[in-house]
Amino acid sequence: MSTVDIKINGRPISVPAGTSILKAAKLAGSKIPTLCYHSDLEPWAACGICVVKIEGNPRMARACSTLVTEGQNYITNDPEIHTIRKTVIELTLADHPQECLTCARNLSCELQRLASEYGIREIPFDRNVKRLPKDESTPSIVLDPSKCIQCGRCAQVCQQLQDVWALEFIGRGEGTRLMPVSGLLLNDSPCIKCGQCSAHCPVGAIYEKDETAQLMDAIMDKSKHVAVQMAPAVRVAIGEAFNMAPGEIVTGKIYAALRRLGVDAVFDTNFSADLTIMEEGSEFVERVVNGKGALPQLTSCCPAWTDYMEKYYPDMIPNFSTAKSPMMMQGAITKTYYAENKGIAPKDIYSVAIMPCTAKKFERIRDENMQSSGVDDVDLVLTTRELARLIKTAGVDFANLEPEECDSPIGAYTGAGTIFGVTGGVMEAAVRSAYYLITKEELADVNIEAVRGMDGVKTGVVDIKGTKVKVAVAHGMANVKAVLDEIRVAKEAGAEPPYHFVEVMACRGGCIAGGGQPYGTEDEVRDQRIAGLYKDDEQSTIRCSHQNPDITKIYADYLEAPLSKKSHHLLHTHYTPRKVYQK
Amino acid sequence: MAVKNYILVCGGTACESSKATEIFNALTSEAEAQGVADEVQIVKTGCFGFCEKGPIVKILPEEAFYVQVVPEDAKEIISESIVKGRMVKRLLYVDEKEQNKDGFDIENIKFYQKQVRIVLRNCGFIDPEKIDEYIAREGYAALEKVLFDMSPDDVINELKESGLRGRGGAGFPTWMKWNFSKQVVSDQKYIVCNADEGDPGAYMDRSTLEGDPHSVLEAMTIAGYAVGADKGVIYIRAEYPLAIERLEIAIAQARDYGLLGNDILGSGFNFDFEIRLGAGAFVCGEETALLRSIEGGRGMPTPKPPFPAVEGLWGKPTVINNVETWANIPMIIIKGGEWFRSIGTERSSGTKVFALTGKIANSGLVEVPMGTTLREIVFDIGGGIKDGKAFKAVQTGGPSGGVITSEFLDTPIDFDQLTAIGSMMGSGGMIVMDEDDCIVNITKFYQDFCVDESCGKCAPCRIGTRKLYDILDKISKGKGTHKDLENLEVIGNAMKKAALCGLGQTAPNPILSTLKYFREEYLEHIDQKICKAGKCKDLVQFTIDPEKCIGCTVCARKCPVKCISGERKLPHLIDQAECTKCGECFASCKFGAISKR
Repeated sequence: MSTVDIKINGRPISVPAGTSILKAAKLAGSKIPTLCYHSDLEPWAACGICVVKIEGNPRMARACSTLVTEGQNYITNDPEIHTIRKTVIELTLADHPQECLTCARNLSCELQRLASEYGIREIPFDRNVKRLPKDESTPSIVLDPSKCIQCGRCAQVCQQLQDVWALEFIGRGEGTRLMPVSGLLLNDSPCIKCGQCSAHCPVGAIYEKDETAQLMDAIMDKSKHVAVQMAPAVRVAIGEAFNMAPGEIVTGKIYAALRRLGVDAVFDTNFSADLTIMEEGSEFVERVVNGKGALPQLTSCCPAWTDYMEKYYPDMIPNFSTAKSPMMMQGAITKTYYAENKGIAPKDIYSVAIMPCTAKKFERIRDENMQSSGVDDVDLVLTTRELARLIKTAGVDFANLEPEECDSPIGAYTGAGTIFGVTGGVMEAAVRSAYYLITKEELADVNIEAVRGMDGVKTGVVDIKGTKVKVAVAHGMANVKAVLDEIRVAKEAGAEPPYHFVEVMACRGGCIAGGGQPYGTEDEVRDQRIAGLYKDDEQSTIRCSHQNPDITKIYADYLEAPLSKKSHHLLHTHYTPRKVYQK
Repeated sequence: MAVKNYILVCGGTACESSKATEIFNALTSEAEAQGVADEVQIVKTGCFGFCEKGPIVKILPEEAFYVQVVPEDAKEIISESIVKGRMVKRLLYVDEKEQNKDGFDIENIKFYQKQVRIVLRNCGFIDPEKIDEYIAREGYAALEKVLFDMSPDDVINELKESGLRGRGGAGFPTWMKWNFSKQVVSDQKYIVCNADEGDPGAYMDRSTLEGDPHSVLEAMTIAGYAVGADKGVIYIRAEYPLAIERLEIAIAQARDYGLLGNDILGSGFNFDFEIRLGAGAFVCGEETALLRSIEGGRGMPTPKPPFPAVEGLWGKPTVINNVETWANIPMIIIKGGEWFRSIGTERSSGTKVFALTGKIANSGLVEVPMGTTLREIVFDIGGGIKDGKAFKAVQTGGPSGGVITSEFLDTPIDFDQLTAIGSMMGSGGMIVMDEDDCIVNITKFYQDFCVDESCGKCAPCRIGTRKLYDILDKISKGKGTHKDLENLEVIGNAMKKAALCGLGQTAPNPILSTLKYFREEYLEHIDQKICKAGKCKDLVQFTIDPEKCIGCTVCARKCPVKCISGERKLPHLIDQAECTKCGECFASCKFGAISKR
């Protein structure tokens, strides 16, 4: 790679060609403040905070979007630059409601942090705060346009990373709003509730719907048996909210913290991830070996992806695995198998899921199949961020908690279950067990490297004793289109499908970077969380779902066999085409 | 019978709206009726420039220059000018000193004397809807020369020699843009014409396209040859229907003549056009916003670099120039870069077209060599200030520019001089202000425009323009403070440095420039709460002097809100709470009994 020699504040440094001033300065140890910039996105260059000087040039340049040029000296800070940046922050603050104390983003707000860093003590300009109604139409996220600073991150995420186009720039000039087209409510828009907008919003304009109070109420309600499950990705991220490093595995601490909050039973969604593999894997074997059902089979664990498919690719419904997501399976067995064992009526169990995801709040109530126990299988979904807040308010010293074990019998998990939280993980787990289900032999090496990594689309061929299984893995909704179009073209032409099994996760990197995860998710953080999950897998004594003794037990005691009638009733669902715009 | 006379009828938008088409039709039917249809050719041309006196009708070869013509004059024009060979004296242009009552040929009219017409060379001379008329005036000769006698490098060198700088505002050397684009290896390149003229009061580009559309088409085709592009896009605002219609006609005719399309004139070079209509957003005159708009996106600027010459329309190298820049190019090719550079100043060669408006006797389009002084433009060409009032300032560059005060009347106008005195060339709007104009009020007008036209993308512009406007509004209502003046500068300086595009970076210019030259006037509004020009209504009060009022009741009858009361023959009284400060009473009082403060 060619490099360019430049200077940052007079100090020589050599950086790769094509590096932005912002990144070059970071390499040189100089931090340039930003507000609209996010490393996941192309620089939008809206906020005007990252301005720097190029020696000899009377104009200032935006560090985020300007690439370095050989021989230039970039000044990243001086009193004049400081004054300009401060004025721009003051202008932004002048139109921003100053309600930090009661804001969802208090202490995690990027604008608040800038105001603090620049020592702003008063706004020298007349204030003009526009009060606009909140949009609380979806079960997942809240739009508060009064707080919006029009940085554009949400629309960029929605359009470029997710290709959903629920959020758009509406109006112009000072009337610019970030909202669905035609002023629709979010729930009537193409929104798939992935919540990436909320994870990228620098301020309190988009945030997850906070339902923590409902958990407290349930805990206080003595007639309720509160059973909580926790998704794979939560365990490598929640630590960040307690100043731990991304990727640090804190499974046992979360179990302990949940008990400190006063819940009655602590389970793990990883268990039902193993269960999902049994069902979805068996379904795949049916399709690929016995020719029952359309190929390729598409994974169905991600509710945002499911919503997207029903809206944009309903012709893929026959290809969709009928297996419910691990969360919904866990909810169903909690209120049936577990309930029966415990002798508690399903209605008296309050089933809670801790998820890295905002779409899960929607999935829980998406249709009547989510009530296979007769009542809601999952009563409440809290995101990782919500749980972290609850733990803090409970005064639990999370970082120093002694790890605890999960409750039995629907808690123990394998390495295959834990990697459900990362892109490629569902595929890898499925291949590990499909190999066994087809051949009745165990895979020698369970590490399937072809489906790992951050490439938007990963493809490979898995050789199952002569059966060549073509797989594809896509993550970040915008990357999925290419794969789906390829399938659609083959389908319409009556040709051989290009793949046999396709895994899709809506969020870049998978659930570890879900819309409900702690703020500050960038690729660097994704890599650390991913490494955490793979480490959790490697450290597991059992790494294949079908080897999980509790899985064997649940089939023996209750479900009979994968794809049995009972399994179908509790663990499978079906799909219906939905309109892209609900109105 | 051979044609003896030509009648040129101005068909620019301004004259059109004053019934130019009806005049044209009336002349045509009168010529028929009076049996001279064979002897006269009636031509609807582009803008003559002398809009103050429109609609204009000119008779050739006599050079009779008729002004403010109405359709009813057609009969007399035909019977006198054509049938009898005499002039219709009452329609002839007469200058303000009532001299030369026998009329002028165009060269003797003071309005035209100091002008040098390169861009507007064909406006008012040819029928823009007839390609033959363009060809007859050396049209497409430049394209032919380029295709057969010049290499792409020769073309760019000729441009470099000419010193032509972009007429859209910033004055970037045109040859450099072309050269950047030429050097990029790409399967597709584009040539774009920026016809999104949006400065309040500016209409140079509209008139050029209406009067001489082929000159732009020819120039863009030449650029295509020079940089290796085969597609031209003209981005024009939909509010310019006449220009669009004439462009469409011109493109169709050029295709028919083999001057567009594949294998132009048998040279093997291909080039063709597409017209894209803009919805009239000012920001779409900014080149990156313009490109996004062509692509179907929101008209929002994107960061530069990458510059469009390297990565423009659909990510491909794109040369964008504005209409006026394009219109210069055929003549540069024909007459040579050296000829072009002999006109104008050392660093700003050629001419500049200005739309001269405001409190000027002769408003209109003027084209003068760079380096002409403001005094020459305002007082010689423009005929001075209307109604004998005193000159106050000229605003150039519209909402992006600044004021030029009387102390700079003798400054030669070119890109660098204007920048040096805190204004800018802009696209060439020139609004003349007199003693009755209030600086705060005018600056507020421009800022209001910027608030409306800010695209909303970048915070410094979106919020800054509003804050600046609000401060000006306070000052205009007598509620401003010295801190507000300071804030105007603080915000303005931040916008100049931190706004994303030219719109936001230049939006504070009118304020910063007037704060420099007219600070006293701001202070009068703040400290004394007065607006001497009487334009800031909250600071104006009309009162009736009971000593002078004779009770004639005229003012009471004129008052649109009926807030003046009083018995006949007794002094009247204005109800200040109801008064809208319209000034009708002040203007109607014959006894000087009403005072304005």
